[in-house]
Amino acid sequence: MMEPVAAKKPLIELDGVTKEIGDGVLTTLVRDIHLEVGSGEFIAITGPSGSGKSSLLYLLGLLDVPTEGDIRVQGNSVNGLDEAARAHLRLSTLGFVFQFHFLLPEFTALGNVLLPMRALGRLDDAAMEERAQALLASLGLAGHTHKKPGQLSGGQRQRVAIARALANEPHVILADEPTGNLDTASSEQVLEIFRRLVDETGRAIVMVTHDMALAERADRQVRIVDGRIV
Amino acid sequence: MKLVLDIAWTHVVSRMRQTLVGMLGVAMGVGFSVMMASLMEGSQRDFVTQLVDSLPHITMSDERRSPPRQPAEDAYDVVAFSGLRTPVIRPGIKNPFAIMSSLEGWLDGAVAPSVQSRAVIRYAGRDTAASVTGVDPKREREVSKLATQIRGGTLDSLYKSSNAIILGDKLAAKIGARIGNTIAVVSGRGEVLSCTVVALFHSGVSQNDETQAFTLIKTAQILAGQTGLINAMRIRVANIMQAMTVANRIEAQTGYKSVSWQEANEDLLSAFEIRNFIMYTVVGAILLVASFGTYNIISTITHEKTRDIAILKSLGFTEKTVRRIFLIEALLIGVAGTLAGWALGYTLCLLLGMIEFKSPFMDATHLPLYFTPNHYLLAAGVALTASAVAGYLPARKAARMHPVEIIRGAS
Repeated sequence: MMEPVAAKKPLIELDGVTKEIGDGVLTTLVRDIHLEVGSGEFIAITGPSGSGKSSLLYLLGLLDVPTEGDIRVQGNSVNGLDEAARAHLRLSTLGFVFQFHFLLPEFTALGNVLLPMRALGRLDDAAMEERAQALLASLGLAGHTHKKPGQLSGGQRQRVAIARALANEPHVILADEPTGNLDTASSEQVLEIFRRLVDETGRAIVMVTHDMALAERADRQVRIVDGRIV
Repeated sequence: MKLVLDIAWTHVVSRMRQTLVGMLGVAMGVGFSVMMASLMEGSQRDFVTQLVDSLPHITMSDERRSPPRQPAEDAYDVVAFSGLRTPVIRPGIKNPFAIMSSLEGWLDGAVAPSVQSRAVIRYAGRDTAASVTGVDPKREREVSKLATQIRGGTLDSLYKSSNAIILGDKLAAKIGARIGNTIAVVSGRGEVLSCTVVALFHSGVSQNDETQAFTLIKTAQILAGQTGLINAMRIRVANIMQAMTVANRIEAQTGYKSVSWQEANEDLLSAFEIRNFIMYTVVGAILLVASFGTYNIISTITHEKTRDIAILKSLGFTEKTVRRIFLIEALLIGVAGTLAGWALGYTLCLLLGMIEFKSPFMDATHLPLYFTPNHYLLAAGVALTASAVAGYLPARKAARMHPVEIIRGAS
């Protein structure tokens, strides 16, 4: 189980966040975003292509820094943190699932799930392996732990990626089009896993999708158009 | 650190084809650099050894660097000599055996007396000029390699007959003389001495083999017409690089001109400086080309891992950790390639050493090679530096990139 979070304090909070890119001619990716992600929330971010959905997700995931505004994780501003501190916060608090699995091809499923745990170093070797095995088993991959990504189907790879995202018991899972490359059955499996995580463990999930049918399965929808929440 | 090593090791062993290509690139560079360095330094050392070993390290003659002051010069400020006739006979070294004893007191090496003279050797109607050196076989053994160069006899064969002579094999061939023949040796003063050829010698240096002859000191003194003459000391020193210093000390002590092998071959040694420059330029160029090859291969491997770098960063790995992973990967490839390169270089040297090579001027039947750990360490140093830079720079660039840019580019 994840560590308890202070009551009523948002896990992640975006306060007037704007992100611009480019030298000279600036392009605004997101503008004046106010968003709170609370414990046990399943949020879907929707919008047309190029509207700024993924940019918003990367800001939430501390992979990007805002041009303006403040991002707070469990009430603490992360704007002044250096690269190493942001990386540590990402490692211990957040989990990512991308449209492509982005597993390291040279490592087995088990090896991929172990990576973030080993980087954090919170558990000993035996405990890490036990947890990784349990995570993979809970996602229906008990018989595939020693297979490399190339030996797994698309749905299995994505479930390994979810297991890796859950490795360090993060408070928030950030998913960028997690079913974009999956068939209907595999997509359904992924959504079921997300729902179970929210309902049973109280984790928050923020999922970017352009598929409205999937978005309706979330508890809350945030629609973004031209970089603004509408 | 264990995680960093594990990731680097897994990358290296699971992409064996890439790793092998990288390793081979490094190995080729190291191997060929070692081979070239060994060949070039070997040929130079061989040449110097041949040159130095064919002659004593220092030759002290009965000459002086500058003529001694005359009593008249000391008595008057300016003196002009006219119609002065110098004596025909050579002065010789005064008290040669006392000087030898004195030198042996401090010299780390050996000293042998000799008599140097020029003569014409005549046999079966053929004449040829030669340099006849009178030696003491027992002492000569200590100062030159003459004893090991004798063919058809020994240096002690000089004791076999009253006027025994040892000829250079090419000199003997030129006049058609063989061992056992009696030849006529005509001195500069026109005296003719009948000598018996008791052995031949072959030094491997054509100039010596065609013009040199050896007799006992006594025979050479008879030829010179000066009993008791010793006009040169042949000296060998334990450390050949100290020859010049020792020669200077001998000259200061005795007043006689002492010429070290360095001084005698000054023009050749200055030519070696140019040769050294060429050698180090060639080896340096090979190392440079090899390091570019190494950089190219390893940086390509690192570039191909850009997506992995983004993944690791998105998981929460710091830039420093990512850079360290790829630096270690590059070094693993570099170290493996260097070890293979050492083996390749050594094998190439052995193979080259087996090639027979014949020259009309020298006896070198095999290519001269010089084996020293320095060549291996130099090549390894350059290869590992190139590997480290090749791993570090692209990894630093990739680690600095925003993972989002890479993730978006890969999607």
